[in-house]
Amino acid sequence: MEIADFLLAVAVFVLAMVALGLIRILRGPAAADRMMAAQLLGAGGIAALLLLGVATEADAAIDVALVLALLAAFASVAFVQGASRPDDDPSKETHRS
Amino acid sequence: MSFVLDLFTMGAVSAGAFFFLAGTLGLLRFPDPLTRLHALTKADNLGLGLIVVGLLPQVAWPFGAFKLIAVWLMGLFAATTVSQLMARAARDGGPSP
Repeated sequence: MEIADFLLAVAVFVLAMVALGLIRILRGPAAADRMMAAQLLGAGGIAALLLLGVATEADAAIDVALVLALLAAFASVAFVQGASRPDDDPSKETHRS
Repeated sequence: MSFVLDLFTMGAVSAGAFFFLAGTLGLLRFPDPLTRLHALTKADNLGLGLIVVGLLPQVAWPFGAFKLIAVWLMGLFAATTVSQLMARAARDGGPSP
């Protein structure tokens, strides 16, 4: 069953790419840049879990990927909420475009 | 037939892995937050989407495939929401770390 080996290799490759992307967390400069690397980690983690789940026929890994998709979204939304709250009140929420 | 499906899986999953490579390089090399966000969404949407499409022939037909599509839709909704919020945070000068 060589397709499973191929899928495992791609899972490792995707995880390596995501780990490389984490360099952006070290460099910054803005907090939004760091959060983007975390978002990439979420997407790459979902992809790797799906690949592993199909390659090893472990169906539970696909459920874990579903939960990770949910949690990655919550993490980023919480970041944006928390980051935009402290100094400005919501009344001067402006849309300059 | 199975050989053709395996070939399809290899092609689509490789294309997805390529988009993860492109997203990581863009996240590391692009000059400002909005272009980095552009690279990140390529990895999120196309990378994950192509990997899911590639995995579809390898799972049990109706329910395994539906679950994979559910994971992909979840990731897609999360990515769209988060990229809008992140772009607003980056435009407003970036939240303080």
